[in-house]
Amino acid sequence: MKLHLKVWRQAGPQDAGRFENHTVEGVTPDMSFLEMLDVLNDKLLAQGKPPIAFDHDCREGICGSCSMMINGRAHGPTRGTTCQTYMRNFTDGQTVVIEPWRARAFPVMCDLVVDRSAFDRIQQAGGYVSVNTGGAPDGNCLPVPKDNSEKAMDAAQCIGCGACVAACKNASAMLFVAAKVSHLGLLPQGQPERSRRVLAMVAKMDEEGFGNCTNQYECEAVCPKAISADFIARMNRDQIGSTLIPAE
Amino acid sequence: MMTCAHPLCSSIVRKGVVGVTGALLILFVLGHMAGNLLIFLPPEAINGYAEFLHEAGHGALIWLARAGLILLFVIHLGVTIALKYENKKARPIGYAAHDPQVSGWASRHMLLTGIVVLLFVIYHIMHFTLGLTDSSTGWRTLVEGPSRPHYVDVHSMVVHGFRDPYIASFYILCQVVLGLHLWHGGSSLFQSLGINRGPWRAFTAWVGPVVAVVVVAGNCSIPLAIQAGCIPARIDLISAKAAIEAEKGPKPPMPVPGASDINKAVPGH
Repeated sequence: MKLHLKVWRQAGPQDAGRFENHTVEGVTPDMSFLEMLDVLNDKLLAQGKPPIAFDHDCREGICGSCSMMINGRAHGPTRGTTCQTYMRNFTDGQTVVIEPWRARAFPVMCDLVVDRSAFDRIQQAGGYVSVNTGGAPDGNCLPVPKDNSEKAMDAAQCIGCGACVAACKNASAMLFVAAKVSHLGLLPQGQPERSRRVLAMVAKMDEEGFGNCTNQYECEAVCPKAISADFIARMNRDQIGSTLIPAE
Repeated sequence: MMTCAHPLCSSIVRKGVVGVTGALLILFVLGHMAGNLLIFLPPEAINGYAEFLHEAGHGALIWLARAGLILLFVIHLGVTIALKYENKKARPIGYAAHDPQVSGWASRHMLLTGIVVLLFVIYHIMHFTLGLTDSSTGWRTLVEGPSRPHYVDVHSMVVHGFRDPYIASFYILCQVVLGLHLWHGGSSLFQSLGINRGPWRAFTAWVGPVVAVVVVAGNCSIPLAIQAGCIPARIDLISAKAAIEAEKGPKPPMPVPGASDINKAVPGH
């Protein structure tokens, strides 16, 4: 299989960047998208050219590192991470446009690598439980409604890959923040700081320069962990409620 | 991005404000449409309704409502533009290829449809409320009102206003744009206000489209019916009424508008 790639190349954060065309031959359907880029990078290195920089770590669909926009879709044509996107989803001779996540809050560092530390700073603003929850026996003594624990686990699946921001027309981080706010806010251990948490995390999200949610659910459609936009509604309730009736 | 750090200034609360003002404006649009549909009843119905609106609370209610509507409009638009400005700033460099998966055209062009609706509202007020754009056609007729010596004959105003096929087409087009705005907005507000939970989202997803179809169908039916000649001008009905009055027997003399008065223009009324 032969593919024509149109890849974003950018030497550094200050570089203007441009698209570069490459042709990759010998692509097999069972290769992952990242393996296809590895093939191209081997070729570039052999030619003495700089390889295409992209984030990757586990290559198992867990870490959320491999962020890239493939033909206008976050992580590519199938719902999942880029490392779990296989070349069988592409056709011989197809042109593939590969771009980094585009958001002011995610500055491009090099080629397809973006700085997602804005997510870390949002987490640091309130995405934690600071009360002493004791050891495992204490945790097991605390009854949690099954519905709540399942929803909390659904929200906790967020791997912070940033696809929600990338796919959103407004580069909004609402799905990420909603998942982080909700997975703690749904559990009893997260209740004491529930109000403070949502206010702090949303304030940080706004401060970091993410856009505003316009309820188009593109984030939900591309989320590799299928996080529901219902969590956004939940966060909206928490934020509006905490603003109108301050808990502390 | 935000200069105000107070939670009231947060993106979510501001989206909530857009949702609340949007919901109130939708209620107004539905109420306005219901009032408009009185055109299909005898002229006394819509004229009486207009008279009621103008007279309620000794004429104070309509100005209160107008002030409230303007305030809603200004807040809805002002907050939306601020949010849009931030959204534009949030992605300074766009994608060369972007393939939206689930969002429709209407949801991606809310500001555009909103601005068209705003311009339409301005024209609509100039057309029917102020009578600035169409006074030369002479549809602003004076007739005897039940409580005032003279009031605007809304029925004739609408019928004559929509007899122009260009004006009728323009109104229909603008209603379709309004419908596109409501299609997304009517559902989106439930998410912004955090009302969606569990199966509710599947239900509220239909609210916008249903409101949009009802509003477009209801409001467009009026210019369409007038263009089709289904709603006769009041001048014909006056003759019919006069005949009925004559059948009922002699009544104390009252000033019946003559044919020449019927089409008398009242600029700025």
